[in-house]
Amino acid sequence: MNLDLLQAAAADNRWVAILPELLLGCLALLLLVLEIVLPKKQHGIIPTFSIVGQLGILVGTLVNFRTEFIGQETFNGLLYHSMSGQFLRVFFLLTSILVSILGVVSLAKQKMPRVEFFNIVLVVSAAMMLLVQSHHFVMLFVALETVTIGFYILVSYYRTNPLSLEAGLKYLVMGALSSAILLFGIVFLYGVVGNPALAASGVARGSMDFTSIREFLAAHPDHFLAKGGILFVLAGVAFKIGTVPFQIWVPDVDQGAPTPVTAFLAVGSKAAGFGVLMVLAYTFGAYQGLVVPVLSVMAAATILFGNIAALTQYNVKRLIGLSGVSHAGYLLLGVIASYSDPLAPSAVYFYLFTYLIASFAVFAVMTHVSGDDDTDQELENYADLVKTHPFLATILAIGLGSLAGIPPLAGFIGKLMIFLAAYHAGLWALLGIAIVGVVISIYYYFGWIKAAFFPSWRLPVPATEPTPVLPRTPVGVMAGVAMVTLAVASVVLGFYQGPLVEWLALR
Amino acid sequence: MNMLSEHLLLLAIATPFLVAVAIFAGLPKRYSVKLSYLGFGVPALISLYLWRVLPADLGGHYAYLARYDTGLSVLGIKLTLGLNGISLPLFVLAGVVGLAAGLYAIQSGAERLKIYLALLLVMQSGLIGAFASVDVFFFYFFHELAVIPTFIMVGIWGGRDRSYAAMKLTIYLTLGAMLSLIGLILVYAQSQAGSFNLIELRQTLLAEPLSITVQKYGFGLLMFGFGILVSLWPFHTWAPLGYGAAPSSAAMLHAGVLKKFGLYGLVQIALPLLPLGAAQWSGVLSVLALGNILVIGFVTLAQRDLKQVVGYGSVMHMGYAFLGVATLSVVGAGGVVLMMVGHGLSVALLFLLSTSVHHRTQTFDLSEMGGLAQKAPVLAAFFVAATMASIGLPGLANFWGELTIFVAVWKSSPWLAAGAVAGVVITAIYALRATASVFFGSPSEAFAKVAAQTPPVDLRWSEKVPALILLVMLLVIGFWPKSLSTPLNSALQAIYPAMSALPPEIARK
Repeated sequence: MNLDLLQAAAADNRWVAILPELLLGCLALLLLVLEIVLPKKQHGIIPTFSIVGQLGILVGTLVNFRTEFIGQETFNGLLYHSMSGQFLRVFFLLTSILVSILGVVSLAKQKMPRVEFFNIVLVVSAAMMLLVQSHHFVMLFVALETVTIGFYILVSYYRTNPLSLEAGLKYLVMGALSSAILLFGIVFLYGVVGNPALAASGVARGSMDFTSIREFLAAHPDHFLAKGGILFVLAGVAFKIGTVPFQIWVPDVDQGAPTPVTAFLAVGSKAAGFGVLMVLAYTFGAYQGLVVPVLSVMAAATILFGNIAALTQYNVKRLIGLSGVSHAGYLLLGVIASYSDPLAPSAVYFYLFTYLIASFAVFAVMTHVSGDDDTDQELENYADLVKTHPFLATILAIGLGSLAGIPPLAGFIGKLMIFLAAYHAGLWALLGIAIVGVVISIYYYFGWIKAAFFPSWRLPVPATEPTPVLPRTPVGVMAGVAMVTLAVASVVLGFYQGPLVEWLALR
Repeated sequence: MNMLSEHLLLLAIATPFLVAVAIFAGLPKRYSVKLSYLGFGVPALISLYLWRVLPADLGGHYAYLARYDTGLSVLGIKLTLGLNGISLPLFVLAGVVGLAAGLYAIQSGAERLKIYLALLLVMQSGLIGAFASVDVFFFYFFHELAVIPTFIMVGIWGGRDRSYAAMKLTIYLTLGAMLSLIGLILVYAQSQAGSFNLIELRQTLLAEPLSITVQKYGFGLLMFGFGILVSLWPFHTWAPLGYGAAPSSAAMLHAGVLKKFGLYGLVQIALPLLPLGAAQWSGVLSVLALGNILVIGFVTLAQRDLKQVVGYGSVMHMGYAFLGVATLSVVGAGGVVLMMVGHGLSVALLFLLSTSVHHRTQTFDLSEMGGLAQKAPVLAAFFVAATMASIGLPGLANFWGELTIFVAVWKSSPWLAAGAVAGVVITAIYALRATASVFFGSPSEAFAKVAAQTPPVDLRWSEKVPALILLVMLLVIGFWPKSLSTPLNSALQAIYPAMSALPPEIARK
């Protein structure tokens, strides 16, 4: 490769296109600098600084939402900028802001380093943004590994807690396995597409580029090795979004990880997986005959497993983790439908958005209700929450109601859109399973609400003993504002979707 | 004024909702109660006003039609409000029963009264909205808005077994709602209208009816989905349990109005849009309806608890309504709508009075009462009137509905009619027996003891006013059914043409 070629390649690097990611990275570095510069007493300001900085980046991204790069490739085809990519950028910014806010609440209860947490959250978010915009397997893999390595650290962040360490180890082993599978699939595709004997027109762009893969697959619609590659790649992604049969790690990791990280995994990581899956589903368009049945079986098993397994949980972190598995199943319905219904992608993104606001409302309440031991969050800890903390109880009810898909909350509209898309695509059997899943899910979501709201009988405490006080953190300003915003958004989006739906449909 | 009348229906929906939001946002108790009067009063006044002014010959058209875009128009969903002859009676029912239940709740002195009122207001908003919606999606949406508060109210303010009852209610009603939602989506997706708007759906389906298979599945889904919501036998077990546990105002609104949602859906949506499907299911529906009337009738006879008698009685009466639907005729459907109004008013009154009885006897057990009429003659008079209404005595609203249904059923099958009429006898037995054991005869030992400690007082004004509202409505409709039946008939004649145009071999099945 000579110098001219490198220069020509460099000329295509338009750094402005990834300004949000760059700014997040700079902010992460700035936090480390601040930690050194500021005296130890003032370290409390660093998380606030991070959150304010992210809000700034969020506003900037929203203002420049329709950038000039939409519909273009940058960095020699490593990235492809689209409206859904823009939406997911905003999505991940919101996620990382909310995770940071929850982190402030949760970390205050632990004796752990304060700054690195926020630092890693920023880096992971930036990597997720790049991941969903990647247009090349190398880019995809590097971004994915950045995300995963960040999560290895975050999951076992409360390192004095054995369950957190166990979760970290599990996530590490499972993550390594899934990365290996994904890589295996990528290599298959690379080998097939790059085979000069089978050369197609797009190979000039490199055999890991999504466009050339798509073109190659369209030209060779029944290639055995390509099928294998597709299956392995899908399996690798399925690990990340936690669908059956790759969901084994979910409950343990969700219980062991610090609550903000559980939220990050449940929302951010899942959305990233689905962002990638949507891109890949399009790339593998010619192999619909393979992708659709595989994803359908996965979706059916995921919905049933997630809901039935969540029924028997008493630990709320495990419960919400497993319910998250079932949500991945509903989302898969949207992905499958996207082959035949043009509205399905917007249904998926809308569902993800409602899932974000509802989940974070619930996770915010969980961080406030949990005690010193972050992994010990049982349903019974929620007894009489409505009497002691009516505010938290209301937020919890709205969040859980929306997750359950009860009208008039936002989650219902999300489910409706997914179901409509599935209807248009003619996925009758899956739809029936999804309905069964929704009805089952009412039991455990409602059971949680019941634990917090309905008066329950308990052993009377003798007058001589002090009444046990459940550890509940008072709600701070920032977390309070966030929770009110999330709850109001969940209600308002149920009644008035405004331009959001049309805007998502305009891609 | 023009502006006001254009948004009159929206005003009726929004007022209770906004009051509820204000209460949730932390309005002081004093103002909360005052505003609640407004929240319950405005929809009631609007419904009575519209009853007065709505033209009687609307036919298939809607009056007070208004459209609002909420952002789902990509999917063909727009908040469309309007009233026709079928929805008007139920709209009035919702307004009036809502007012009575609200007034009763305001004086009930429940714990955490503010939240209780706010939940009732949300429920009222949903009820009004469900019957005023022309858009099928919002029809469903408002129903859910109304049904969610009942779960919470049963769980927090409920009586015996509240936790179990709340869970059972939630799961059954969610299942019913999901089935009917799928049915509605099926109709939407299969018709080429691309819209949830009932007017457009009807026009499209009139031009190109769905294939008979699709109609069969669609009507089946709607029949069982709506049926579960209306306590169709054998999916009724949630109802007596739920009503037994529910606080009285919630039971009044749920049994009186909310439960009618499913029947209304069958009459307004399922029958006109899927006539061929209905024809295939009508036999099954008739059998299940007879199950409601006879099986539940005998079950009711065996009840020894006043609230259970009222609860099971209400399940049993739904059998008549299902029979009316199963006749697939304009007369039958009209009878169903009239009966819904009469039954809604009378069952709400019965739930209200049962709670008043409980306040005086401290029990619902029929064997521990007796002779209350001497201590509380006005209460007794009201209760007897409500009982007579539910039996279907002429001069009270229920009579017209039941009579019309019997006529329609007789036309389609005299055997069914005989079964239905047997139900009237059962009703008379259990209702009169319950009334007698509460109010007449000599007081039981248990009641004598209670009465000695706290001598029972007669009906207070705070109880009398809501009861009077309901009783007056029962009488008005009983003596002047035309005010509802004329617009109803004109609407049914206009939107049920498909029925008469059925191919004869299917119509006979």
